[in-house]
Amino acid sequence: MLAVSGLTMRFGGLKAVDDLSFEARQNEITAVIGPNGAGKTTVFNCITGFYRPSGGIIELTHDNGRRFTLNHMSGHRIAATAKVARTFQNIRLFAGMTVLENLLVAQHNTLMAATGFGIMGLLGIGGYRAAEAAAVDRARYWLDAIALTARADDPAGALPYGAQRRLEIARAMCIDPVMLCLDEPAAGLNPRETEELNRMLLRIRDGGCSLLLIEHDMGVVMRISDHIVVLDHGRMISDGTPAEVRSDPGVIAAYLGEGEEDEVTA
Amino acid sequence: MSALRDAFLSAVVALGLFGPMVGLVADNAERGLTLRVRPIPVAVVVGLVFFGRLAALSLRSRRRSAAVASNRALAEIVTRAGKYVAPLLLVLAVALPFSGSRYYVDLGTLVLTYIMLGWGLNIVVGLAGLLDLGYVAFYAVGAYSYAILAQTFGLGFWTCLPLAGILAALWGILLGFPVLRLRGDYLAIVTLAFGEIIRIVITNWVSLTNGPNGISGIPRPTLFGLTFSMDGGPGTVSGFFGIEPQTIQRVIFLYYVILGLALITNWVTLRLRRMPQGRAWEALREDEVACRSLGINVTTTKLTAFAMGAMFGGFAGAFFATRQAFISPESFTFIESATVLAIVVLGGLGSQLGVALAAIIMVGGLELLRQLLSWMADQMGSPLFAGIASALPLYRMLIFGVALVLMMVLRPRGLVSGRTPTASLGKPKEISAELVAQGRG
Repeated sequence: MLAVSGLTMRFGGLKAVDDLSFEARQNEITAVIGPNGAGKTTVFNCITGFYRPSGGIIELTHDNGRRFTLNHMSGHRIAATAKVARTFQNIRLFAGMTVLENLLVAQHNTLMAATGFGIMGLLGIGGYRAAEAAAVDRARYWLDAIALTARADDPAGALPYGAQRRLEIARAMCIDPVMLCLDEPAAGLNPRETEELNRMLLRIRDGGCSLLLIEHDMGVVMRISDHIVVLDHGRMISDGTPAEVRSDPGVIAAYLGEGEEDEVTA
Repeated sequence: MSALRDAFLSAVVALGLFGPMVGLVADNAERGLTLRVRPIPVAVVVGLVFFGRLAALSLRSRRRSAAVASNRALAEIVTRAGKYVAPLLLVLAVALPFSGSRYYVDLGTLVLTYIMLGWGLNIVVGLAGLLDLGYVAFYAVGAYSYAILAQTFGLGFWTCLPLAGILAALWGILLGFPVLRLRGDYLAIVTLAFGEIIRIVITNWVSLTNGPNGISGIPRPTLFGLTFSMDGGPGTVSGFFGIEPQTIQRVIFLYYVILGLALITNWVTLRLRRMPQGRAWEALREDEVACRSLGINVTTTKLTAFAMGAMFGGFAGAFFATRQAFISPESFTFIESATVLAIVVLGGLGSQLGVALAAIIMVGGLELLRQLLSWMADQMGSPLFAGIASALPLYRMLIFGVALVLMMVLRPRGLVSGRTPTASLGKPKEISAELVAQGRG
């Protein structure tokens, strides 16, 4: 469903991503792993429109056959029309807004259409009330899913770290995405929270949303991924099922730091 | 011991500051100016600072732990009282003209104009978090739009009011485009420049705006077509209702017009805040990157914030023009932008009630302080106070400045600093200011 081909991203003289091609399939969890600085987050930023790639094509195909060339789209349209949601490595919640408000902001485009772009809602005509009630119901569904219903009226910034991570995922899910990109969702979580996260991600996948995942926690990656892409120095060094990747000598070398010869040949 | 040293340092600073200001007086003598030295007042001021600082330090060390709790309790009281303050203010505002005093109605009109400007700017700065130092530009656009439309096409106030708002909103969008990519300090500088550009264009485009001489004879507003002219003829309010024509009728009418306009501004803002557009503004203030990742068009969100804020500035400008019947570029200098921004910051970013209170204090309070000081000077008839009495009104801005500094020290996030959520499952809880972002532009 997501096809990346020949993706290149240059920052000045530095090639953060170099001619990367991979595919993420429908209803699968695709993990992108690699040592620090391998270019994983850069790939994410290219897919979600935060960077404009220096070269290559990123194409997304929906269930109904609609195709989007993401490398030509701006960030907000990738989320709004191509329905690719993302979370951030350093959590980016609206800290001064309540948990519920965070989930309502995520449904901005649906609600905005219902208010007649503000004018009809201002005058109190049209179906805004019904749309708002539906939005609150959807928010409530996700609050139940992440076990935060009791804290719905607390500011998001006052939540503990693990809850903030869950809320950020729920907020991304509120835009009704076909693909969810998670940038290190397990970072900073304790083992129990990681376990909950695993279950939640599998449930999201089974609900019909494909996942793209950057993660350092191999426990998460190996257990839930259907497909793993390994990057090193901006290039793909391995691509396959968890079992295949685990036994790939190139991957082991990259992770154990046996990179001297690699660099010379590169 | 450290308290003593601290107090001594404060006294030295006070000596440096007040020595020249209080200690030296230039007298008009026969042969030009002579300098007179007054050591005693300086000693009094420095002594006051020394012992005041000492007292403050000892008080603080005794109540340091209690201070945090009491601050929170104070915030709680303010929040709870806030429920009653707003209706009370509204009742007072509606009842003010019945005092019959032209002075207070005029002052009320001025305060309400600033409240309206503050509420308009609050959309841009308080909700969307875009620092705008050139807000007076939209005020000027509104005022000149009405003046020029009225003089050129003979249109009335009520026709021109929406036009002035629309024109100001267009200029808001026009300003919005170049600053879309700017944040924080850079945004502030460009908006500051924009305010100056508008003023300088108005000053120099003599054929359209009559330049520095300004536009006079701007028509007054009418009440359903009835004018407020003094002849008492058939087309006038006094003629229609069969009452004695008086100037105060027009003054009171103008007062209710600005009250109505300000309340519309407030109503629209409060309503928009609870709708997706307003939530998007606040989300933009909290985190622009996250907004984009959720499919919110940051460009249109910023532009609508600028346009809405500018539109209300334009309304206020049109009102200003019709009230004064004369406008010139001198009314639209940077100090106006600074005053309105100070009202918003002092009131508490994003708080409607806070902005209203701050405008009352900043505009009404300053005027009342002038009255109070000159009254006090009159009371000090005895020769003992002769020197002080005549100088007392001159200390107005000093006292006012000290009061503002004290307010910001005591309530650094403004008078009403908490944020009320726009939606809730249960009972809405006030969000403390520490969590709310102030916007990076």
